[in-house]
Amino acid sequence: MSEEKNNGRMSIIVRTIASSVFPFIVIFSFYIIMHGHLTPGGGFQGGSVAASAIVMLIAAYGYRKVDERVKENSLACIESIGAIIFVAVAFVGLFMAASFMYNFLVGSPFFGEIPHGGNTGILNSGGILPILNIAVGLKVMAGLSAVVAVMALSAGEKK
Amino acid sequence: MIDLFSIILILISALTIIASIISVLMKDLLSCVIALAIMSLLLSLYFYMLHAPDVAIAEAGVGACITTAIFIVAIKATERYEKEEER
Repeated sequence: MSEEKNNGRMSIIVRTIASSVFPFIVIFSFYIIMHGHLTPGGGFQGGSVAASAIVMLIAAYGYRKVDERVKENSLACIESIGAIIFVAVAFVGLFMAASFMYNFLVGSPFFGEIPHGGNTGILNSGGILPILNIAVGLKVMAGLSAVVAVMALSAGEKK
Repeated sequence: MIDLFSIILILISALTIIASIISVLMKDLLSCVIALAIMSLLLSLYFYMLHAPDVAIAEAGVGACITTAIFIVAIKATERYEKEEER
């Protein structure tokens, strides 16, 4: 296989398709995360789709090329930031209002206009749920791509 | 008296079984990985037709993309073709 000697890169067809499809996958993952309280999907699903975009770049270009833009330490930092946001929002509900993970944003202009009745498809609803979805999405995206990044790095060092 | 929904479900499950059998039998490990990805994609279609779109998105993201990329990275680090064992 000729691409083994080529610093972990694949052929030019794979690289061109990967780099042209990458923004659409990222935008679709943002859509899944932001509409997590309305449509199927949520933090984990959108985060795994975003991680699959980064992982596709790692598989197509090799980790050396991706390492110039996305560092492994920054991925670990983003993962911790996601967890901190999740727990912090939950504790804000405990200290400002009634209970742990209380939906304290109801009635405020930011995600707070909860309609009566069922799911009416309004994006500006849900209270703290979109924030929790974004936090989980950040954590899953960083965690799943860091796994493959570390594996590609150790596989590249072994050769 | 089998309706179209059941026919499509049976077709998808048969294709899933065929893809998994191919992934066991092939000697080229890259083809095995692609067959596993196809199996996972068909499985996510099956979940979608059983009215579980959440599980379908998670299966398509994790099973078809990330698992395939992990296997491809592992194949790059080792060998592509399976060796015949001497008995």
